[in-house]
Amino acid sequence: MVLVFAESPKGKFKKIALEAVTYGKKTAEALGTSCVALTVGNNVENAGQLGVYGASKVYNINDASLNTLDSQVLTKVIAEAAAQLGAKIIILSHTSTGKSLLGRLAVRLNAGSVPGVNALPDLSGGFKVKKSVYSGKAVATFQIKSDIKVLSLMGNAIRPDASGSAVSVENLSVNVPAAKVTVKEIKTVEGTVPLPEAEIVVSAGRGMKGPENWGIIEELADVLGATTACSRPVADAGWRPHHEHVGQTGIAIRPNLYIAVGISGAIQHLAGVNNSKTIVVINKDPEAPFFKAADYGVVGDAFEVVPRLTAALKQFKAG
Amino acid sequence: MKILVCVSKTPDTTAKISFSSDGSAFNSAGVQFIMNPYDEWYALVRALELTEADGGTVTIINVGPADNDQIIRKGLAIGANDAVRVNAEPQSAMFIAKQIADYARAQNFDIIFTGKESIDYNASEVGAMIAEYLDVPFVSYGNKLEMSGNTATISRDVEGGSEVVEVATPFVVSASKGMAEQRIPNMRGIMMAKTKPLTVVEPTGFDDLAVAVHYQLPPEKGGVKLVDPENMEELVRLLHEDAKVI
Repeated sequence: MVLVFAESPKGKFKKIALEAVTYGKKTAEALGTSCVALTVGNNVENAGQLGVYGASKVYNINDASLNTLDSQVLTKVIAEAAAQLGAKIIILSHTSTGKSLLGRLAVRLNAGSVPGVNALPDLSGGFKVKKSVYSGKAVATFQIKSDIKVLSLMGNAIRPDASGSAVSVENLSVNVPAAKVTVKEIKTVEGTVPLPEAEIVVSAGRGMKGPENWGIIEELADVLGATTACSRPVADAGWRPHHEHVGQTGIAIRPNLYIAVGISGAIQHLAGVNNSKTIVVINKDPEAPFFKAADYGVVGDAFEVVPRLTAALKQFKAG
Repeated sequence: MKILVCVSKTPDTTAKISFSSDGSAFNSAGVQFIMNPYDEWYALVRALELTEADGGTVTIINVGPADNDQIIRKGLAIGANDAVRVNAEPQSAMFIAKQIADYARAQNFDIIFTGKESIDYNASEVGAMIAEYLDVPFVSYGNKLEMSGNTATISRDVEGGSEVVEVATPFVVSASKGMAEQRIPNMRGIMMAKTKPLTVVEPTGFDDLAVAVHYQLPPEKGGVKLVDPENMEELVRLLHEDAKVI
């Protein structure tokens, strides 16, 4: 059995949880087994909808102390759930929670683990999965040899497949130990898609000359429904918040469309974004190294080109 | 305060990555190796700051072959008191975590620091694994850490912002950007590092459960298609009709 842990921050599933369920279902199909989803907390909304994305059943651990997630507690809870259900493959989302959980769960279950997988397993000769390594500069294939396996799925690696229908939710009873880590405060931006899940990202760099010029970037992002990001010098200078910094030392992303404005494309920046499906580079310097990594390039002044692109997109969306 | 800082050796951030022709191994020819920046800049420096403020010792640990002594000495030059190297060529994160946990178990460290990830495998697994082996709390992606008695207040990176948590020692924490500022070793530190203890211990047995069996470079881009800056309608058409991303 494949068990997918579907995170539900503040009671709601994000796209990355739905992707994990679809990944679990496709893996289960290839192995000729079933895929079930596990949710935790007493605030999960519409857990049964995970059936739409491929779960044949949803189990919920209805315990208010699990509304915030601690890796030590959650490891014990998921390990016990996996043992009760007889799950052999456990799929997590590659989020700050999933990443903190994966290694712990692997140790507890004596399972081989691969974090941030970006494609379905290759079952021709063992169990092999791929992940990006060397900060996006290469791809490695890992073989998992153990009976129990733990994976975390990179955001935007596969599309959620909504071809199923809602299923029943059953309460699962497991022992929930008290957390030793207490959450005091959560300071997150609401209403935007987090960068690791964003399908379109509009990013800008030093070429914008100052934080007061970000209006045209935000307008472009708005018309595309995109999440905004920035290069390292911009975050270091305090022009933009640190959580927008993408690149080797920031967040690694893989959106469908990455638009880079006024970013020269240092190797460390490219490392975090070169898994994007399509890259558009707007830069007035035709020698900017980023053009070599781009699909589409516009050599021009961002302050003219970006408003023109926003206008063209508005016309396209209206048409 | 007794602190352990786990350090790994990685290719330099600007290294050109390549592999043997059959894709079975990393090609290290011409590659400069460094201490993993998250371990050096953030984990190690914050550990030193804590002991400078309140007393205590900082030990660094690395799992690797004798070549790694070079980066371990750099850690000592930056200010760690002593170092341990587990003499092995690791093949998996779990192997590394088990070796570190086996060493740490009898030592009663208050805090074990790791970097948020190594810049080669980007796995972010070792800290979590050590914490599970030792059954202690784990706080990942810490960008700020303050101690008050034996309680730490840690701000950590989460999607779209940060989260502040409290945890009592002993615990494992992984350090991301913001935790501290990089320190450059000075001449006195470099001289002193030569005489600081570096203990070599042999690994305990472990069968790897997940190993990398093949490497490849990402597919090359087909070359950039330049679009007239006066004609953004054309870019929109290309993104819609050719790339199909809008």
